[in-house]
Amino acid sequence: MKNRWRILENKIFVRWLSISAILTMVLLLMFFLTLLVSSWPAIKANGFSFLWSKNWDPVNSHFGMLPFLIGTLITSFLALLISAPFSIAAALFLGEFYPKGVIPNIFRNVIDLLAAIPSVVYGFWGLYTIAPLISHLQQKMHLQASGLGIFTASIVLSIMLIPYSVSLIRQVISMTPTPLKEAAYALGSTRREVITKVIIPSNISGISAGFLLSLGRALGETMAVTILIGNAPELPHSIFSPSYTMASVIANEFTEAVDEIHTGSLIEIGLLLFVVTTIINLIGRLIIKRAIA
Amino acid sequence: MTPFDTRGLKRRRFKDKIFTSIVWGLTFSCLLVVFIILFYIFKKGIGSINWALFTQGPKPVGELGGGISNAIVGSLMVVVVAALFAIPMGVSVGIYLADNRGKKWAERVAIAVDVLQGIPSIVIGIVIYIWIVKPVGSFSSLSGSVALAIMMLPPIIKNTEETLVLIPNTLKEASLGLGASYFKTTMKILLPTGIGGIFGGCIIGIARITGEVAPLLFTAFGNPAMVKSIFKPVDTVPKVIFAYASSPYDDWRRIAWGGSLILVVFIILLNAIIKLFERKWKVQF
Repeated sequence: MKNRWRILENKIFVRWLSISAILTMVLLLMFFLTLLVSSWPAIKANGFSFLWSKNWDPVNSHFGMLPFLIGTLITSFLALLISAPFSIAAALFLGEFYPKGVIPNIFRNVIDLLAAIPSVVYGFWGLYTIAPLISHLQQKMHLQASGLGIFTASIVLSIMLIPYSVSLIRQVISMTPTPLKEAAYALGSTRREVITKVIIPSNISGISAGFLLSLGRALGETMAVTILIGNAPELPHSIFSPSYTMASVIANEFTEAVDEIHTGSLIEIGLLLFVVTTIINLIGRLIIKRAIA
Repeated sequence: MTPFDTRGLKRRRFKDKIFTSIVWGLTFSCLLVVFIILFYIFKKGIGSINWALFTQGPKPVGELGGGISNAIVGSLMVVVVAALFAIPMGVSVGIYLADNRGKKWAERVAIAVDVLQGIPSIVIGIVIYIWIVKPVGSFSSLSGSVALAIMMLPPIIKNTEETLVLIPNTLKEASLGLGASYFKTTMKILLPTGIGGIFGGCIIGIARITGEVAPLLFTAFGNPAMVKSIFKPVDTVPKVIFAYASSPYDDWRRIAWGGSLILVVFIILLNAIIKLFERKWKVQF
């Protein structure tokens, strides 16, 4: 009797493990289907011009997401561009210059602290430190000085990306085969030459993947950007203009949207975010796995 | 002419020095930014920390004082319920992945976990809104917990898998050889041996979701009253910070800074616990 129970118990357990694993995959599929089904009325109503129409007008039920698309892309790429030199330098410092020891370990933990600060706190902090600085700058350039806009959001976003890209790139860099480096040193190369001519070229795909994954994170970042970007649903004139991102328009309008097409259009934006970040993650993980395996 | 032309060498050495100092400079500015941000949050927040912040709810507009006790309770409630959902599920998937390494399905599941980790949190909020809030007809703390549970899964799964893979097969074989079932071996040998790493993964998950607002905007929503039911909308600390951050009232902003400090200190403490666990309980053979 007891034996029978033990066999049954074991069977249930093994079955449950497989079910839980399959559920994770099903979850992802369900996400996609839910977003697709819920936004279907809007997809039909909006047509393809949704992607390039620049007019977002819920009152007249006309929806075009170009301002959000442009806002998201500029903000994310600018943030990536600002953070890139810092991330590469810190990754080199921790992965190549000083891979072991107490001090680099402390450095790594300190940089990881950046990941511990919640997005909304970054936004709040940026609102009271970066935004006044930018507003000051705008005044000097005789622009409208609100301090809120693409540039402000990008600066704060770039800080948020640093811990993420540093840890990815550091892993990639530290996987460089030692004989390769030693060969370069033995030929009389300086450290700069080893880094710029051996380490970076031989890891270029892994480093790009690190930035790609950071980009995926930047695209979906919501709270900090919503607080700082100025929320203006129009095409930006310069990097100082207020703008709007895909994630922040969802955050701001989703609970207020009443008619089906408006809600559906917001879900359609969510679907697009989902698809883009999924593709970015698939490609990025694939390259990273190959680079550090 | 000297036998060696040292000018080229000098120039290369000089370039190397410049390069090294740039790397140092940029790395140090990263560290500086960390300290600037933390110092600013601390400076702004420390003045707002008082007893009322923890014990009182929000006051009506115009009245000074009040606190975020409802949001602190709400945050704890949402996060604890999320952890109750996510930990059993995440550990199960982790065990599955560790035991089926290299098999086709396990690889697919691992990719799914990676993709899940990269989904923007706001999208998770939308989906849970469609799944739970819309059919039920009201925002609820429970729906927020479900959204956060999904965000918690990837770190738990990954840490469980990575920890269990480190445990030597001999240990497992000894247990199976004594006649213990696979279930008993997992429960009594593998999980207790890897408890440090698994627990670490759970804490990483909790640290990841405690500061989240985006998935809660359309699920837990917000509620100025003290709530004790998981079926009602509820305020959370990050949500209050978001609501108060750009408000015109000084007193609300003061409360938001207090909330930010509490949140950041809490998450940093969690991170410290993780580091401690990593050092003390790491699987080593």
